[in-house]
Amino acid sequence: MFGKLTAHAFKHDALQTGAGVSMVLGALFIAGLLTYHKRWKWLWSEWITSLDPKKIGVMYIIVTFVMLLKGISDAILMRLQQMVAVDGAGGFLTSDHYQQIFTAHGATMIFFVGMGVVFGMMNLIIPLQIGARDVAYPFLNSIGFWLFTSAAVLLLVSLVIGDFNATGWLAYTPLSGLEFNPGEGVDYWIWILQIAGVGSLISGINFLVTIVRMRCPGMTFFKMPLFTWSALGTLILIIFAFPILTATLGLLSLDRYLEMRLFTSGFGGNQMMYINLIWAWGHPEVYILVLPAFGIFSEVVATFSEKRLFGYVSMVWAIIAITFFSFIVWLHHFFTMGASPKVNAFFGIMTMFIAVPTGVKVFNWLFTMCKGRIHFATPMLWFLGFLATFSIGGMAGVLMSLPPVDFQVHNSLFLVAHFHSVIIGGVLFGFFSGATYWFPKITGFKLNEKLGRYAFWCWLIGFLTAFLPLYILGLMGATRRLDHYEIATGWHPLFTIAAVGAAIISCGIAFQILQIIVSIKQRHQNRDTTGDPWNGRTLEWSTSSPPPFYNFAILPHVAERDPFWAMKQKGEKRQPKEYKPIHMPKNSSIGFFIGLFSLIFGFAITWHMMALAAIGILGVIVSLICRISEKETDYYVPVSEIAQIEKKQ
Amino acid sequence: MKKKYTFAILALVFLGMLTASILYLIYGDIAVLNSKGIIAHQERDLMILSTALMLIVVIPVFILGILFVWKYRSQNKKGKYDAEWDRSTVAEAIWWGIPFLIVSVLAVIIWKSSHSLDPYKPLGEGQPLKIQVVALQWKWLFIYPEQKIATVNVVQFPEKTPIHFELTSDAPMNSFWIPQLSGQIFAMSGMTTQLHLMADGIGDYRGSSANISGTGFAGMTFTAESRSQSDFDHWVDKARQSSKSLYLESYKQLAKPSENDPISFYKLTDDELFHWIVMKYMMPCEVDSCSEN
Repeated sequence: MFGKLTAHAFKHDALQTGAGVSMVLGALFIAGLLTYHKRWKWLWSEWITSLDPKKIGVMYIIVTFVMLLKGISDAILMRLQQMVAVDGAGGFLTSDHYQQIFTAHGATMIFFVGMGVVFGMMNLIIPLQIGARDVAYPFLNSIGFWLFTSAAVLLLVSLVIGDFNATGWLAYTPLSGLEFNPGEGVDYWIWILQIAGVGSLISGINFLVTIVRMRCPGMTFFKMPLFTWSALGTLILIIFAFPILTATLGLLSLDRYLEMRLFTSGFGGNQMMYINLIWAWGHPEVYILVLPAFGIFSEVVATFSEKRLFGYVSMVWAIIAITFFSFIVWLHHFFTMGASPKVNAFFGIMTMFIAVPTGVKVFNWLFTMCKGRIHFATPMLWFLGFLATFSIGGMAGVLMSLPPVDFQVHNSLFLVAHFHSVIIGGVLFGFFSGATYWFPKITGFKLNEKLGRYAFWCWLIGFLTAFLPLYILGLMGATRRLDHYEIATGWHPLFTIAAVGAAIISCGIAFQILQIIVSIKQRHQNRDTTGDPWNGRTLEWSTSSPPPFYNFAILPHVAERDPFWAMKQKGEKRQPKEYKPIHMPKNSSIGFFIGLFSLIFGFAITWHMMALAAIGILGVIVSLICRISEKETDYYVPVSEIAQIEKKQ
Repeated sequence: MKKKYTFAILALVFLGMLTASILYLIYGDIAVLNSKGIIAHQERDLMILSTALMLIVVIPVFILGILFVWKYRSQNKKGKYDAEWDRSTVAEAIWWGIPFLIVSVLAVIIWKSSHSLDPYKPLGEGQPLKIQVVALQWKWLFIYPEQKIATVNVVQFPEKTPIHFELTSDAPMNSFWIPQLSGQIFAMSGMTTQLHLMADGIGDYRGSSANISGTGFAGMTFTAESRSQSDFDHWVDKARQSSKSLYLESYKQLAKPSENDPISFYKLTDDELFHWIVMKYMMPCEVDSCSEN
């Protein structure tokens, strides 16, 4: 009945037990708080069952933030281990535990922070920005979110029950095969990614259709704001790339559950095939994460320079070019696998050409600032920090696209430094920028600027201190994923500096948490009553902060690119003459149940509890049938209610 | 006034750190930059050349960034403001064009260097020394088929002699890397990869696995010793006199997982051993997990 799950799975060393216990206590504390304030019903009816993309977006960001804290704790452990584990001193982590930690760090940051940020931001902003009242498929949106969340929960469960994957975040075969890793770790990883991946695909389809079909009258493709454009690029990538991930993981689970030996060393398996497949998803994934950040920066730099975005058409074509090229470069992740020089050269050249549209975007941002009036609010600071870190990271990236250079830095800390430069400098700074920028829109009050600045400087300086040494370490021959090394390598001082950098970044995080607490306390002073706190340009600023659940009482009509800016310039105001009933979806708890049953399925199949796994699958199917049988899933908001809501604002 | 000082101090600190890092890169003991073999030299030069080419784009980005931010800050009333200026065909042509040209130049460099620095390409005319490498859990086995010896976690070869490594793995995927002598190449089971390199002079160079291969991965280091021909011959003689010999059965013992193995020497008594290690994955029942075994 319990499959492979035995009491042994609960035995951990002190550190793991501590992490698990504190996590469980944290969950109990929140549950206690909800009970004490009698908020369970509110949580259920206002949030969990909500199909409002703004609320789903907020929930995405909350889950993302929790996972960010987990991912950063992993990172701090890694930095500490590499600081102390020199020569005889083995450090405080065993090899196996250390390998679980860096695998968890990668999986958490990519699947639950990166993807969480992407979908969180899309949920919050896309409908508002294209002048829509909702997304195309609100119910699919809810399923997508709950699959994402149940995968995140499964990852946290793996902290407490059993071991996690210890083979690196992409679990290269044959190491991740049964022969070398028969335990539950790789299975956890497979099903976490499988559930999260299906969730991403579903949400991807929803937003693609939203952008293509639900733009307000007059908003042609070439009048779409750039964040929406970049999201469109990302969504196309998601729809083409994620099925590859699902299939690859499916094949790997055939290997692991049915011993099909597709990717094993012997019996005709082909380990290189797995690596090709996983990167055929993995490389587009990088651009899935970074494109929306480019979009956010395009909005931020125009708003805070009080100027039109420079070279809009170039920017759009750059996004399209990046979207296209990102599918034909995956082989640069394994130039060292021994392909012929012609193959390597082709993929190297393709990789290098991606730098051109990216460079174009950088110049367009720069010239957006030229002849502008630049305000250094925190979102703009994050943008400037991004320019610096991303230029360094991008340069390292182009360098690695030369196969012979890659031979010397592949899988070294130089590579680690490169992708952290572009992911922290791009994705994370982009998210922080966007979160600060749109925070008043979603909550109705601004974030504390001073603490935001402190957080920014800690992050920027911490980032440079933590990752510039890694570039040098990589060139010194330090490979990634080392749980110990010899003192004779001379790496120790640089690892120590990197650890200091991690500490500075932690201060940045602490300031951000403080910033949120202080801002909530001071919300009455920082209230945004106009709906337009930054002198914005796009449609989301034309409605109130926070927007009513239907976003726009009257759907906007758009005639130019920065419609709200143009309206303000002309001194126009949107005066609603008469309201019409608004068509909205009713809340539904079925998304939540699908997530819950998927979690049960994921956990059960990881531990080979086949009966429970079948219950999980059956639960999902029954939930879907229930949804299909529901007759009234929507309603009309009556005119009187709209008038009442609008009057209050 | 006070703000200006802060700015100046920050700029000085930045420049100081930049200079220190550059000096460190030049004079510090940075394996990849402090190369000791002809392949590694060329890879390093390629790295420096392409960095220089990229700086043609990146330096203007930094300069323009600082300039614009300073000049067009909202506090500066002298900065010209034009809210509608959003396109310039000439300017955009420049920043599509110049990076495109640079990348085209780099593309030619990629094509040529991928061929000239192809790890499969033999070096020079001379007869290379052949060394077979087997990545095991978690140690490196080096087989010298011509010298009839084998070593664990140490590899020695004469200086200024082309070396031809033929690599395989009897373990998860590994990557064979001696940064000061050449770039890395994967070692994978059931197949072989090739790597050619040549050391300039005498020295000891650190080598390791660059691809995660399980618990003992971090300890999978070895020393690559470049010696004079006579020292090498002497070393081979000594190894030949080793009390341990390597053949199928003793290999199977050696191949069992172990960590942080000491250096050891074997005389090779089975010429077909390397071939067997590669081919065993084609012969199902030689694989340990085979049920009929």
